[in-house]
Amino acid sequence: MFHQLTLGGAQRTERAAGNDQQTPGGIPLRIEGVSKIFTGRAGAVEALRPVEMEIAAGEFVCLLGPSGCGKSTLLSIIAGLESASSGTVLADGRIVRGPGTDRVLLFQEAALFPWLDVQRNVEFGLREAGKPAKERIATARRFIELVHLKGFERSYVHQLSGGMRQRVAIARALAIDPAILLMDEPFGALDALTRDRLHAELESIWASTRKTVVFVTHNVREAVALGDRVLVFSPRPGRIVQEFRIDLPRPRSLEDHLLVDYAAEIMSVLRDAMDTQEQEGANGKSN
Amino acid sequence: MAKAISVSTTRQRVNRSILTTWIRRLVFYALLLTVWQVVANSGIWPDYLFPGPLAVLNSLVNGFQNGQFLQASLVSLQRLAIGYGISLVIGIVLGILIGRFRTFEDTVGSLILGLQALPSVCWLPLAILWLGLTDQAIIFVVIMGALFSITLGVDAGVKNTPPIYLKAARNLGAHGMALSARVVLPAAMPAILNGLKQGWTFAWRSLMAGELLFFTLSLGNLLQTGRDLNDASQVMAVMVVIIVIGVAIDSLLFAPIERRVRERWGLQV
Repeated sequence: MFHQLTLGGAQRTERAAGNDQQTPGGIPLRIEGVSKIFTGRAGAVEALRPVEMEIAAGEFVCLLGPSGCGKSTLLSIIAGLESASSGTVLADGRIVRGPGTDRVLLFQEAALFPWLDVQRNVEFGLREAGKPAKERIATARRFIELVHLKGFERSYVHQLSGGMRQRVAIARALAIDPAILLMDEPFGALDALTRDRLHAELESIWASTRKTVVFVTHNVREAVALGDRVLVFSPRPGRIVQEFRIDLPRPRSLEDHLLVDYAAEIMSVLRDAMDTQEQEGANGKSN
Repeated sequence: MAKAISVSTTRQRVNRSILTTWIRRLVFYALLLTVWQVVANSGIWPDYLFPGPLAVLNSLVNGFQNGQFLQASLVSLQRLAIGYGISLVIGIVLGILIGRFRTFEDTVGSLILGLQALPSVCWLPLAILWLGLTDQAIIFVVIMGALFSITLGVDAGVKNTPPIYLKAARNLGAHGMALSARVVLPAAMPAILNGLKQGWTFAWRSLMAGELLFFTLSLGNLLQTGRDLNDASQVMAVMVVIIVIGVAIDSLLFAPIERRVRERWGLQV
């Protein structure tokens, strides 16, 4: 109810007719001064400087940065799988205190359960939610179909290719109808062709469900192709150095020269951030 | 066409290699039995100490005909099943606790590592003191034989569960008991299975050792009565029965489960 009000300004398109899904769409996300310091035997390591971020309901935001800039850590914190050293995460105005089915995290390795077949993997979250068997089966079928894996319901994980595994992971996440999808380089291990196809599929799923997506990547073109906004992170300790709004029509084409221009600009910002990092060592000035 | 031919020739080749394996095996055992019979006939040792295979076969047939062997096997198998079943339940619970909670690992875990160094037969005197010469005493020894291997197997499996499965499961709403039963246990299955197999061999050994001391009919007891009667052929016949039961449990119970797990997890090409 609250999020209905805050939605007003967001570029929320009308839901496609014929889309009979009961999905409520995305919810807004607010990150207030979230930081992370890992303390180990070697002393404290600052992984993430306090980050401020506001993400509208139904927005597609890409977090871009080199490895080890704390963007995955931030995603884990939003998912509630890790706790922040300071600051709070607010999902739909409520403080995040642990994992919840309104926010689902997708990993680079699809993290499917090898002892379950595709159908049962997709049913997993529904079962935890105590849904009756009939509904589970039907819902899982629907999402397996959505990710174009009809006919593979009885396959086991090791029989699937990397791209198919990610599709199953997406179906498994969507099945419990989360409002926010947190994607941690989900296509990082895939070949370029498969990745492009999954971009298109993700874009169309997002367009029809209007979930909020936070997508972590170190691939500039991927970020530009998918995001409404791209937030560029500096290397460790991570902080946001610049923000780009990508106003390009969808579905986007990787060959679009505007997209290539955006990518080039972001790339240079990213390079600068990495260079200053090298010069300054650990005492980087924020922003 | 060419493909069909090559497939059929490889199948023939596979069939032939299986056939040669069996022929080799058959020849080996035939030779072994022959040598055994020849040595037995040579009269180096008296018949009642070193009977030939034919005498052992005779004892075997007799033993089954008068019902003794079958009944003894059933008694032993029942004790094994009860003891192993109890170890299974306790071992899985202990293994999960030790694998997931540091406090349990530092305390109970170290105790179990220590106790595992103690051959389970060493529990027998204590078991008899506490429980008398009863079934419970034997079952107690069987439990002590199997429990620690199972616990440590489950513990190892739980510890080596890839953390990403746990993260994914928690993220999809699993927690508490459901997390253990539906994610931790199945994820640990390959390692657990190793513990279960080792536990079973220890249970079987402990059972036989325990039964040697008892007066009621059982496989171990038949070995002992064979000795008392100076009847080496009965002793050997019972040994054959024990081997056959052991091999049968291995190949009919554990091998198929292991194969299924390996196939599912994609560990076998």
